[in-house]
Amino acid sequence: MLDSKVPAGPLAEKWSKHKFNLKLVNPANKRKYTIIVVGTGLAGSSAAASLAELGYNVKAFCYQDSPRRAHSIAAQGGINAAKNYQNDGDSVFRLFYDTIKGGDYRAREANVHRLAEVSVNIIDQCVAQGVPFAREYGGLLDNRSFGGAQVSRTFYARGQTGQQLLLGAYSALNRQINNGKVKMYNRHEMLDLVTIDGHARGIITRNMVTGAIESHEGHAVLLCTGGYGNVFFLSTNAMGCNVTAAWRAHKRGAFFGNPCYTQIHPTCIPVTGDHQSKLTLMSESLRNDGRVWVPKTVELAQKLRKGELKISDIKEADRDYYLERKYPSFGNLVPRDVASRNAKEVVDEGRGVGASGIAVFLDFEDAIKRLGEDAVRAKYGNLFDMYYQITDENPYKQPMRIYPAVHYTMGGLWVDYNLMTTVPGLYALGECNFSDHGANRLGASALMQGLADGYFVIPYTVGDYLAGLGFDPVDKNHPNFEKTRKQVEDNVHKLLSLKGSKTVDDIHKKLGHIMWEYCGMARNEAGLIKAKGLIQALKKEFWSDVTVLGENEEMNQSLEKAGRVADFLELGELMVDDALNRRESCGGHFREESQTDEGEAKRDDENFRYVAAWEYQGEDQPETLHKEALEFENVKLTQRSYK
Amino acid sequence: MSGNMNLTLKVWRQKNDKTRGKFITYQANGISPDMSFLEMLDVVNEGLVRKGEDPIHFDHDCREGICGMCSLHINGRPHGPKQGTTTCQLHMRSFHDGQTIVIEPWRAAAFPVIKDLAVDRTAFDRIQQAGGYVNVNTGGVPDANGIPIPKVVADEAFESATCIGCGACVAACKNASAMLFVSAKISQYALLPQGQTERYSRAQAMVAQMDTEGFGSCTNTGACEAECPVGIKLTNIARMNREYLTAKLFKEEEAH
Ligand SMILES: Cc1cc2nc3c(=O)[nH]c(=O)nc-3n(C[C@H](O)[C@H](O)[C@H](O)COP(=O)(O)OP(=O)(O)OC[C@H]3O[C@@H](n4cnc5c(N)ncnc54)[C@H](O)[C@@H]3O)c2cc1C
Ligand code: SF4
Ligand code: FES
Repeated sequence: MLDSKVPAGPLAEKWSKHKFNLKLVNPANKRKYTIIVVGTGLAGSSAAASLAELGYNVKAFCYQDSPRRAHSIAAQGGINAAKNYQNDGDSVFRLFYDTIKGGDYRAREANVHRLAEVSVNIIDQCVAQGVPFAREYGGLLDNRSFGGAQVSRTFYARGQTGQQLLLGAYSALNRQINNGKVKMYNRHEMLDLVTIDGHARGIITRNMVTGAIESHEGHAVLLCTGGYGNVFFLSTNAMGCNVTAAWRAHKRGAFFGNPCYTQIHPTCIPVTGDHQSKLTLMSESLRNDGRVWVPKTVELAQKLRKGELKISDIKEADRDYYLERKYPSFGNLVPRDVASRNAKEVVDEGRGVGASGIAVFLDFEDAIKRLGEDAVRAKYGNLFDMYYQITDENPYKQPMRIYPAVHYTMGGLWVDYNLMTTVPGLYALGECNFSDHGANRLGASALMQGLADGYFVIPYTVGDYLAGLGFDPVDKNHPNFEKTRKQVEDNVHKLLSLKGSKTVDDIHKKLGHIMWEYCGMARNEAGLIKAKGLIQALKKEFWSDVTVLGENEEMNQSLEKAGRVADFLELGELMVDDALNRRESCGGHFREESQTDEGEAKRDDENFRYVAAWEYQGEDQPETLHKEALEFENVKLTQRSYK
Repeated sequence: MSGNMNLTLKVWRQKNDKTRGKFITYQANGISPDMSFLEMLDVVNEGLVRKGEDPIHFDHDCREGICGMCSLHINGRPHGPKQGTTTCQLHMRSFHDGQTIVIEPWRAAAFPVIKDLAVDRTAFDRIQQAGGYVNVNTGGVPDANGIPIPKVVADEAFESATCIGCGACVAACKNASAMLFVSAKISQYALLPQGQTERYSRAQAMVAQMDTEGFGSCTNTGACEAECPVGIKLTNIARMNREYLTAKLFKEEEAH
């Protein structure tokens, strides 16, 4: 049985009590420990900086040329915090409640409550660092509302919140690099985890400029390596986002939690052709003022697509504002999974818009009438510019076309309350763990979680583990270092020996199609079984017919991609297994066999109120399922309703 | 293939920083105007890989114009012909059928080439490490609304803070000066109350590091502002000069 290590006691007191009970490392002893932090997004930068401030030695790694470029930089909309500055009824409990409900009752209560508690500290911290959040004329911080919430608790910095938060965390990291407490390794990719006696004791990396494959030792390893949405090839993630670090740790014993929970974001710019390399998100904050609609009838939609009608020809009465119609109390602000599925539904009915018919409108006409173009520009200017840049259409004059796209992965490495994986000494923070968002993440909650984990959780919990270790340095001559390093080297050479007829992207695109078709917005048993076979065949094709060029001892982007796609192929199969196992619908996981009469996701609490944590069993072996039962003592499980 | 533009590319190829590079000519056929510039290069690279030739290496990640990882000097201009855009946000509709496009890496002594079009910009990180922060530890800070900041001030600080660290300003400048980049960070903190306590020592430390890295001096040609994809303004440089001069004239404690 999996032990979540959630402390006993009333929900609101668990974290404070736990902090008190955790063992401490004496300030003078902290410098005897080295902590490896892989990833420098919000989770990694904040963790590395905070741990170095405490006195630990930190080695930090990222694959980009600078820690500032981690994918967190791209977050647009905002970050939640239960500050209740707007006096509109927000509280720690309400943020907790909204997050649990938004996650469709598949997250751990204690973790989510802790997240809500520390959310208020995050905003204070960022402001103290000089993060320029949006302000009102009185000089106080401004807020906006986001999907799945009826209060305004989202802090933002125009449409570039992630950038400003990450630059804040990067500045804290830089300060510690300057102090000599953090050693930063840019352009280094983690390719394996080293364990000694079952404990995480180091990592193997490849220097992406020279090809050097090196080991690094540490008393603890923190994976802050982000999400795996790129398993779908097309997603809103950056091109380099990958599962490699997490996957290789999984193969060394870290269980993978809820891999099938994927978030498909409702407001992205639709695909234009097969040259497409990624999809661009239009922040969900746009749904505050934009209205989603499609023509009422298939005939009108067809005429529009063919250009026989202009958008302005469609009369108000012939427009179906389907979210407002079906969900009067939340309207356009329903959670992401609900908004996405509804878009798919109207498109499947044939009422989609745009040349391909695979899009719906997000219309700002009313907002511009109500607020004026300048006010709309002040709020969303850079998003409108980005839309214009990409589509060559002016959203001030005509509605945006949007369609759902893969955006976030709620699944990830299983961690206990201390953020430790099933490998002692190995932690997972931020999007790469499974812990706080259940089956669906609410907008503006990932930034919150990344910074909560890094600034306010790990500095406490890692000490508890280290305090039990003694002060010996990690034995870098332990044979496991060389053994693991050699395995990585062999794997690299195996990839470089592949000289087939397909490119790595050919395989990746095929994998993406399979995942999107059968393990995307809607899933069913027959489709999933089919997908499993297709992925297995694709994996064979990869290892027999792909081509990887160049040498190891140079910058080699073919090799980098090949390694990542090899891991995505294995992960894809596990996602399908997990989706097959979970014969209920919940949040972003919609099993067609399990829906209410109104077509909404129908949970099966009796049989599936658990976290699925998968244990690796070896090459091509079925993985073993472990369950962590979810207890709800503070909220009543109800069928989610946003009507 | 999804489009009908045919282009000639002259691309800088260089194996590493120890070898000399040269231009190689490629044809890019069947390009759609809806493709981004980097997607066009993806198409070319897929073709190269199929022929067993090493693909063209270039840096990129977010492809949304925010991470600052993409670069490229396109027909003599950093980030290409369009104002206020990064290379990844540049679309092929900004070019025409039959056009020849010359693609080079950023050229600056402080940004050595790693391979082909990818350069080493860690000098920028080292400048930030020298002082681009407020000395606060995690925890124990005042309430976020404790110090109201006038909206105009916050907005101006935000404008400076939007620098994506791409290096186009350096690439655009005939002296390879990094003043626009450095001044943007110094300005952000000089404007905000949180940045006041170390205002002058910060300016000194960052400027000193900038000089150590071998960036050139500023002769006010304004090329950097013209090419900056996010519109960082020259007024930042004026502010930085002021901060730096004050710092030189007075010690930190006297300047306040
Ligand atoms: C377009 C977009 C908009 C978003 N908007 C919002 C929003 O408005 N609000 C919100 O709350 N959330 C938003 N999100 C989600 C949120 O941005 C992410 O979930 C979050 O930033 C992830 O942070 P992280 O620190 O976990 O990982 P990341 O920021 O992804 O960082 C991962 C780090 O790991 C490193 N890394 C990865 N693999 C390796 C490896 N093998 N070796 C070495 N290093 C490695 C990378 O270099 C990087 O430094 C958005 C996401 C996207 C895609
Ligand atoms: S100032 Fe502009 S051009 Fe220079 S690094 Fe910043 S964003 Fe790039
Ligand atoms: S790839 Fe991120 S800014 Fe261009």
